[in-house]
Amino acid sequence: MHETLPRSFQVGLAGYYLLCAGLNFGFAHFYMNRPKLRLAWAISGFIFALHTIVYLLTAATNPELGPVIPHVIVDTTNRIFDHIWGPILYFVGSCVGFAALLYWRKQLTEPTVAIAFLKITLFISGWSMTNPDFRSIITKADNVPIVMLMFTVGFFTWFGLRRAVINDELIAQNKPVLEKDDEKVLVWPDLVYTELICMIIATAVLVVWSIALEAPLEQPATNAKAPNPSKAPWYFLGLQEMLVYFDPWMAGVVLPTMIIIGLIAIPYIDFNPKGNGYYTFKERPFAVTTFLFGFLVLWVVLIVLGTLLRGPNWNFFAPFEYWDPHKVVPLNNVNLSELFWLGVVGDPTFLREGGSIGSIIIRESPGILLTAIYMLALPPILARTVFRNYFIKMGFLRYFMLITLLQFMASLPIKMVLRWVINLKYIVYIPEYFFNI
Amino acid sequence: MSVGDFIRNSQIWKSIFRHPAPRDRRNRVVVVLTNVFLHLHPVSVRKSGIALSYTWCMGGLTFFLFLVETVTGVLLMFYYRPTLEHAYNDILALRDVTTLGVLREMHRWGAHAMVIAIWLHMYRVFLTGSYKPPREFNWSVGVILLVLTLLLSFTGYLLPWDQLAIWAITVGSNMARATPLVGHEGPFASLLTIGDAPLIHSGSDARFLLLGGRFVSGDTLLRFYVLHCVAIPLVVAMLIAVHFWRVRKDGGISGAL
Repeated sequence: MHETLPRSFQVGLAGYYLLCAGLNFGFAHFYMNRPKLRLAWAISGFIFALHTIVYLLTAATNPELGPVIPHVIVDTTNRIFDHIWGPILYFVGSCVGFAALLYWRKQLTEPTVAIAFLKITLFISGWSMTNPDFRSIITKADNVPIVMLMFTVGFFTWFGLRRAVINDELIAQNKPVLEKDDEKVLVWPDLVYTELICMIIATAVLVVWSIALEAPLEQPATNAKAPNPSKAPWYFLGLQEMLVYFDPWMAGVVLPTMIIIGLIAIPYIDFNPKGNGYYTFKERPFAVTTFLFGFLVLWVVLIVLGTLLRGPNWNFFAPFEYWDPHKVVPLNNVNLSELFWLGVVGDPTFLREGGSIGSIIIRESPGILLTAIYMLALPPILARTVFRNYFIKMGFLRYFMLITLLQFMASLPIKMVLRWVINLKYIVYIPEYFFNI
Repeated sequence: MSVGDFIRNSQIWKSIFRHPAPRDRRNRVVVVLTNVFLHLHPVSVRKSGIALSYTWCMGGLTFFLFLVETVTGVLLMFYYRPTLEHAYNDILALRDVTTLGVLREMHRWGAHAMVIAIWLHMYRVFLTGSYKPPREFNWSVGVILLVLTLLLSFTGYLLPWDQLAIWAITVGSNMARATPLVGHEGPFASLLTIGDAPLIHSGSDARFLLLGGRFVSGDTLLRFYVLHCVAIPLVVAMLIAVHFWRVRKDGGISGAL
């Protein structure tokens, strides 16, 4: 299977690689006095430049020959992602990557490591664009913000952690942190000019972006024909992804409300006076880890999943896979009550739907019991064990708030794991009152 | 006397700027104190507090994009009519016919950029622990502004009235009918009854309130238009004022003591 690459795309990619090559040669020049680094930059610069030449040549002579990624790469990623693990590999991989980033933050935020990572990302991005399925998704006008989001969040995560690592070392040596500074400057001219320059740059970027890329406008609205997939705006796709694991009342109402409440509550829960006004990790590891997990893994990673990897019928599609609307994914999810009454007890008598409230409670007793233990018994147990110090320092109300928020935050990964491991659909299943957890 | 001096010595100039050009220390202080817009700033700030490596400029960028959205949005309002008959065609005309129809692109891309910028601003403020006392309340105001920014973007998403718009809003607003107690498919809503008649049904629930109907319709378009152009921006503008005021009153830009 050899899809040709449109000539305009070949020229575009040539330009992209030229920019990358320029970046690399620029750094090679910058590292004039460090031969090894200079060589590394020059080599990668030449590889980028080689890409430029190849694309320009084929575009000029015979676009039919357009370079495509070796089919084996596409095939392998498709196989690994889709047919083996799908969302499990994606999400668990993200979690592992996140843990590794925090654990080896000192090594991973080294500029050379970060830049090597950036180069690999640039290469993969360029290669991926030769795949027509990937291209059709990534170049949808409203998906452009996702690309921006991935690169900016990646950059600033590196940047913030790097500053934190440096500050932590300074603190360990009893030296003042990077932000420590008693010098004051006048707002005019120091700040107003910074603002002016930022405004000019932002305006220029926005104008160029607007002229270069047309805003999307599809067919006129009609209630008769729903597109497949129907997606919410991209910034809500993390929430839409949660619909896989929760009913709308949880994914669309309760959890978003808890996110907002939780964010507002952060300064009133975090009693740690350290780390006020400077980047640090070691002085507030719990707060930073929790927030970063929430923002990076549970928000950004899920948005990327919802935007780029969820196709028709909200099925999971690998990055280079064709979005086949007829893809069949077997759903054999079961409820906890079924698992208990059929699997453990072996008697379906109590599984009947539509009975009295009493019979519903008996039917769902395993799930209700587990939920009650999770919500009610866990906080006091944690207060006496893992979070003992927190409980003593925070007092009842703060501690209660913290644990409740953490419980809601953890409910998503817990539900995910239960779904993947035992095909669990609902822990509590009371369709009579639309109350399914 | 040069032209510049002539202008600066004129009665008009002096009536607007009540002091000489900000070239010396005294006048650089006075220029901030006597100008209502510059007065959002303090007179002096800590040098490290305004470094881009510290602030990432994301809060300022968010505010600037809000201004861009306001200006382009007002101009777009001259062209766009929020009715089923005209909405789609007006957007089509903006793309194909209208001079400076690129304003729509600026408005849309600016909105996306604003969402990303405000997230990154929150990210920076968290990583530097700048929400800690005495700035707790201002963080909370910021979270409300974040939510309102998302709502601004969400309400604006419907206005082009194309397939992308109504189905995104349909998917998004379908959540409201699952609201506990007040959504007709929400947990325990069926327990609320008057006699035998259900109190919460598809014509009276939270989703109906949001959409002005049982599904996304012309009434929804009007409702979202008013929210998008008037109601939410007013609240946002007010909260931005509070947010900036509190940055100053809570001790200026945060930093290591």
